[in-house]
Amino acid sequence: MNIESLKEIARTMRIDIINMIAEANSGHPGGSLSAVEVISSLYFKEMRHDPKNPTWPDRDRFILSKGHAAPALYSALARSGYFSPDLLLTLRRFGSPLQGHPEVRRLSGIEASTGSLGQGLSIGLGMALAGKLDQKDYRVYVMMGDGESQEGQVWEAAMSSAYYKLDNLTAIVDSNSQQLDGWVKDIMELEPIIDKWKGFGWHAIEINGHDFPQILNAIAEAKATKGKPTVIISKTIKGKGVSFMEHNVEFHGMAPTKEQKELALKELGG
Amino acid sequence: MATRDAYGKTLAELGKENPAIVALDADLSKSTKSILFAKEFKERFFNMGIAEANMVSTAAGLASCGKIPFASSFASFLICKTFDQLRMSIANPHLNVKLVGSHGGISIGEDGASQMGVEDIALACSLPGFVVMVPADELSTKELVRLAAKHIGPVYIRTGRPKAPVIYQNGGNFEIGKANIIREGIDITVIANGLLVQEAVEAACICSEKGIDVRVIDMHTVKPIDVDAIVQSAQNTGAIVTAEEHLLSGGLGAAVAQVVSEHYPVPMGFIGLKDTYAESGQPDELFKKYGLTAEHIVDKIEKTVKRK
Repeated sequence: MNIESLKEIARTMRIDIINMIAEANSGHPGGSLSAVEVISSLYFKEMRHDPKNPTWPDRDRFILSKGHAAPALYSALARSGYFSPDLLLTLRRFGSPLQGHPEVRRLSGIEASTGSLGQGLSIGLGMALAGKLDQKDYRVYVMMGDGESQEGQVWEAAMSSAYYKLDNLTAIVDSNSQQLDGWVKDIMELEPIIDKWKGFGWHAIEINGHDFPQILNAIAEAKATKGKPTVIISKTIKGKGVSFMEHNVEFHGMAPTKEQKELALKELGG
Repeated sequence: MATRDAYGKTLAELGKENPAIVALDADLSKSTKSILFAKEFKERFFNMGIAEANMVSTAAGLASCGKIPFASSFASFLICKTFDQLRMSIANPHLNVKLVGSHGGISIGEDGASQMGVEDIALACSLPGFVVMVPADELSTKELVRLAAKHIGPVYIRTGRPKAPVIYQNGGNFEIGKANIIREGIDITVIANGLLVQEAVEAACICSEKGIDVRVIDMHTVKPIDVDAIVQSAQNTGAIVTAEEHLLSGGLGAAVAQVVSEHYPVPMGFIGLKDTYAESGQPDELFKKYGLTAEHIVDKIEKTVKRK
């Protein structure tokens, strides 16, 4: 898939996210919209996976550790063929497999139940260890938030992944600089984040997380890096693509009104 | 032999039989005895360092790729420190992870309250889909660990530090969720597990001299609890005392009481740690101070029988 097609997929995902959250009247648009380019790069370009065979043992794995960005993941799964896009509008509804946060047993294609922050990288580490043990060449991708990186378990996992030289594991920090209560730097500063990861023994790359060539290059660099895991610090804009949601922490966990939804869809060409 | 030793030996045997079995520990493998597996299967053993939360979620990742991970540490750290990881990484996706917490209860002794797992059973039982077991001796540990490896789904097994007296002298049949009658009796039933099974047997001997005929049941599986065995005991003996090396909140006694009150209410008495942490000391000193000896059980039996 070329860059133009990826851009179109990303636009579709953004429209899905707005429609889903508006229909559910709750959810997390900000951190879903910021993650779109990375998630679409993985599902539509990079990852070896088969929507018709979601438990294929040789598949690459993606864990959305920042589980509140579930709408972005659900959209990618639907648009790549795991289930009908019609189902997207049942997000958060009673009886829907599209839970408020991803759950393994509710929806095929979900690799880990997440939503309690900080656990995804450890789970990915276990999958990567299993891959090494079984001499399989699948890769494991874990997306975390920058706010999530305040959880101590992230650094326990960082330490042990480097110790076990898991070059089949790639962490992606969707670094949109904001968390529920405000700017990350004001809540609990994480900088110098690159130095922290390097200090823990990782290969670290910083990119613009909305730029497809940069994303694809970073993933290629992660694949080529041997003997250590790679982290991609993906600098993004919370609420990306919808002018009044961009950098607006109010939309961390708030659904758009009807008018806001229409305005957002207009901006996205939906 | 201590139940933790029996665990280590059995895990090493299982390692030979099933290549899917892997083990993790958090720098306590010499104490939990997972080192016996580590020595034989270096490539399948992961010492995760002193980072229990990460270890538990890592075990979840391994299980989701078809491994059968046995993750061990002290019961206190393995269960109490990682409750949210157990909840989200393991229980929610119902993964095939086996957790083995050694040094359960206050019989760990001199190290004191920080190292004593006294809430572990309550916490593990509260997790949907978990099987929770407390073996009493060497033989039962070996059997239950083997059953845990075969069972598909999360299992928590609590082992202990000190040597455990032999309960199953003539062997025994074990099934997850099926209690074993250790001694028959008609006046009252004591339902115990772990080291308290032996105390219950001793209590039954003392009581028989006093003319009280006590049935003793080893409820090695706290969850799923053996409803039939409890209801039959309530019907046959008309009174029940539970005995456990755990806080009285949310453990064996609470589980039995839930069954009794719903199905066949009879007078009950409870032996366990009463809303307190213990302290450093020798196990027998601690059992005396905190009310877990055969004598305490006898006293509770006498009081409970009178309420029939």
